[in-house]
Amino acid sequence: MELDPTEIFRQEAAELLDSLETVLLDLGQTPQDRDLIDAAFRALHTIKGSGAMFGFDRVAAFTHDFETAFDLIRKGRIDANRDIVTVSLSAKDYIRTLIEDPDSTDPIIGEAIVEELHRLIGVSDGAVGKATAIEAAPETAAAASGWRIEIAFEPGILRNGTNPLALLDDLRALGTCRVEAVLDDVPELDALDPASCLITWTVALEAPCTVDEIEDVFMFVRDEMKLVIAPLGADEPVAELIPEPVAEQSAPPARVVTAPTEAAAPAEKPVAEKVEIARRSDDKTSSVRVQAERLDELMDRVGELVIAQARLSQIANSSHDLAIKAIAEEIERLASGLRDTTMGVRMVPMGSLFSRFRRLVHDLSRDLGKPVDFVTVGEDTEMDKTMIERLADPLVHLIRNAIDHGIESADRRGQTAKSATGRIELAARYVGAQVLVTVQDDGAGLDTARIRAKAEENGLIQPGANLSEHEIHQFLFHPGFSTAKTISALSGRGVGMDVVKRTIEAMRGTIDLTTIPGHGSSVTLRLPLTLAIIDGLLIRVGEGRYIIPLSAVEECIELTAADEARAKGRSFLNVRGELVPFLRLRELFDADGEADPHQKVIVTSIGDTRVGLVVDQIIGSHQTVIKSLSKLHSDVTMFSGATILGDGSAALIMDVAQLVTLGQTRAESDRAPEAA
Amino acid sequence: MATILTVDDSPSIRQMIKLVLGPAGHAVVEAGDGSEGLSKAKAQNFDLVITDLNMPVMNGMQMIKALRALPSFVGIPIVFLTTESDDAVKQEAKAAGATGWITKPFKPEQLLAVVAKLVRA
Repeated sequence: MELDPTEIFRQEAAELLDSLETVLLDLGQTPQDRDLIDAAFRALHTIKGSGAMFGFDRVAAFTHDFETAFDLIRKGRIDANRDIVTVSLSAKDYIRTLIEDPDSTDPIIGEAIVEELHRLIGVSDGAVGKATAIEAAPETAAAASGWRIEIAFEPGILRNGTNPLALLDDLRALGTCRVEAVLDDVPELDALDPASCLITWTVALEAPCTVDEIEDVFMFVRDEMKLVIAPLGADEPVAELIPEPVAEQSAPPARVVTAPTEAAAPAEKPVAEKVEIARRSDDKTSSVRVQAERLDELMDRVGELVIAQARLSQIANSSHDLAIKAIAEEIERLASGLRDTTMGVRMVPMGSLFSRFRRLVHDLSRDLGKPVDFVTVGEDTEMDKTMIERLADPLVHLIRNAIDHGIESADRRGQTAKSATGRIELAARYVGAQVLVTVQDDGAGLDTARIRAKAEENGLIQPGANLSEHEIHQFLFHPGFSTAKTISALSGRGVGMDVVKRTIEAMRGTIDLTTIPGHGSSVTLRLPLTLAIIDGLLIRVGEGRYIIPLSAVEECIELTAADEARAKGRSFLNVRGELVPFLRLRELFDADGEADPHQKVIVTSIGDTRVGLVVDQIIGSHQTVIKSLSKLHSDVTMFSGATILGDGSAALIMDVAQLVTLGQTRAESDRAPEAA
Repeated sequence: MATILTVDDSPSIRQMIKLVLGPAGHAVVEAGDGSEGLSKAKAQNFDLVITDLNMPVMNGMQMIKALRALPSFVGIPIVFLTTESDDAVKQEAKAAGATGWITKPFKPEQLLAVVAKLVRA
C-alpha cells in the first residue's frame, strides 16, 4: 500500500520540528556550534521545500525568512544568540500549528514572529532575501518561419550525463530538422577520447517556434556551450550565447579516460556492463512506519495466542502422545519468541520523551528567572510506547516541581556555595525487568518540618507523632497536600503529587522520594518495561490460583515448623539474619480447605522494603497476559488485574506494592506492643 | 524502463518522486542521504540520479563529485533538486558534475519532462 505523500510530509514535518526544537535548545547553550546551525538550516530548508511541494504554502512562505536567517548564520554573516533561538522556537511552534491546524491561527501571529526576527538580525521588513526569483525574462524574439542553429558543446559535457543526440531529438520535436555534424575537430581514432564531445552541429529547423523554445531545449547546458540562433536565410544571428569561461570543470580524473573504451561514438552512453550485483541489504537504515493501533492489535493477538498456547500445553501435559508434547513445546517456544519480538517492536527510546522537557525547562527557567541546566541521561533506555506516553504528564509535573519548588532563586543560591545556575537531571536506566526514571534537582531539598506542620494542620497526624522523615515525606503524595506558600501558575494548586503517584501506580510502578536538606531532592519512578504481558509466578492458595509478578519476586523459601514456632504467632521470618514480615495469604483471602502441610514463603520486594507471602503451593512460572479488572472492581486494591489460565479459568494478579505496604503496616503494629 | 536513484533526506519528497515515476514505468531506488546514495550507486547500475543538495552525513554536492569519480557513472545524468533561485548553487553543482536541475516546488509533469529529457528508452 502506497502512503499519501502529504501524510508522510505531516509526519516528517512533525519529526523535523521535534529535532529542530532539540537543535535550537542546544544552540542556545552553544551558539557557535556549526553542526547545530547546519542542522537547523537543513530542517527549515526541508520544511520549506517539502511544504511548498505538498501545498502547504503558508508554511513555505513563513519558513522562508527563518531559513534565510539560518543561512546567513551558517555563512557567518550574523551570529546566533539566545534571542534568535527564542524567536525561532516560537516560529517552530507556529509552523507546527500551520501544518496541523492552520485555521486555528491568525497570520498576524506569524507576521509578529517574522518582525521580531527581522528586528533581531537587523534587517528592515521584507528585505530579508525576498526570493529573488523573478528572473529577468528574456525578450521573446518574434517567431520566424525557421531557424538556423549552431551548436558547439564543451568537450566535457558527455561525462556529466548530457546526451547531445537527445538534445537534437528535442529540437526535432519542435519541427522538421536538417542536422549536419561538423567533424573538423575530431582527431584520428588513436587520439580519440571517447568521453570528449568534439563534434559540433548545424541545424536547420523549419518551425515557427520562438527563440525561447529553442533555448529551453538547452537550458541545462547553456553555460557550457556555444549556441547561435539565426532566422533561416538571414546572416544576422538573433541570439548568440557564448558562455563566460565556465568555472573549473571538475578535472577529468585519469580513470574516466580509461573507462568506456568500447564506446563507438562519442554521443553514445558508455557501455557499462550490466553486472548484476546482488543488492546489498541496507537494514541499518531501513525502517517501516506502522500505525500505533496496529501494534496494539498485534499485541492483543499475541496475548490471545499465548493464552491458547497455555491451554495446548496443558492438554499436552496430560496426554501420552509424544508428538503432541513435542509440538506443544515447539509452539510454546515460538509463542514466547513472538511475544518478545512484539514487545520489542513496541519499545521506543526514552530520548523522544526527554527531549520534550528541554523546552519546558527552557521556558520555565526563563519565566521564573531561575537559570537551570537540564541534563538527561540514558536516552537510549527503551520502554513500551504506551508507557512512555503515559509517563509524560507525571514527568512534566515532577520537573515543574523541581524548578518551581526545588531550585532556589539565583539570589538565594548566591548565598550558598552553589553555582547560580541550578541543575536538573532526568535519568533513565534499566534495573532487571524494570526501568528506573529519576528526576533530581540540586535545590534546597524538602522542608521536613514544614511538611510535618502542614500534616498536623490538616489533621493527617497527631501533633508530636513519632514518624521517620521518610514517612513524613509520604504526605506529599496525599491528595490536596501543598506546602507552597504562594500559589504560582505552575504548581502548588494541590493537584499534583497524588495524581502523579496514582498514575505511576496504575502503570504498576512505584514512586519514591529522597532528599538531602540543602543539597536537593530526587524522585525515583520504578516502572515495568511493558503493560501488556508479564512473566508471573503462578501460585495456589486454598482452591484459588493467583499470579505474582516475577519481577517483584526475590526468592522462594519453605516455611518450616521451626520457623512457625520461632515466630510465636507474630509474622516475622528470619531470612539470613534479616527480619522479614510475612502475610498469610490464606488468612488474607479467607481460603477454604486444608492448608498444605508444607507452606512456602515467596519473598517479594518493592524498592528496599520486603515482605513474605505465605502460599500453599508454587505451581511455576507463567506468561501472563494482563487483563484489567472491570470498573466494578475498581476499589479492589490487592489485585492489579487478572489473567486467563490454560484451562480457561481466571487467576488474579497480585498488586505487590499494596501487599508490601500492608505487610509493613502489620509489622509496625506487631512491633508496637513489643516496644511498649 | 529506467532505473532511477532518488536521494533525499525527506521521505515525502522521495515518496512523491516514486509515485510519479513508478507508474511511468521506472524503477525507483531510494536513499536517505549522500553516503547511502553513493553506496547504492556502487551496488547497481542506474540510468538517472535525482538528488537533493542539503542532506545530513554527506550532502548532494559531495555525492555528485563522488559519483562522477566512479567509472560506472561517466555519462549517467544526475539531476539535483534546488529551491535556490541563486545561480551560484547551480554553477557549483554543475561544476561538481550535475547534468541538470529541478526547481522545488515542482509539479509531477515537470519531473516527468526532465526525466524524459535525460533518459532515453
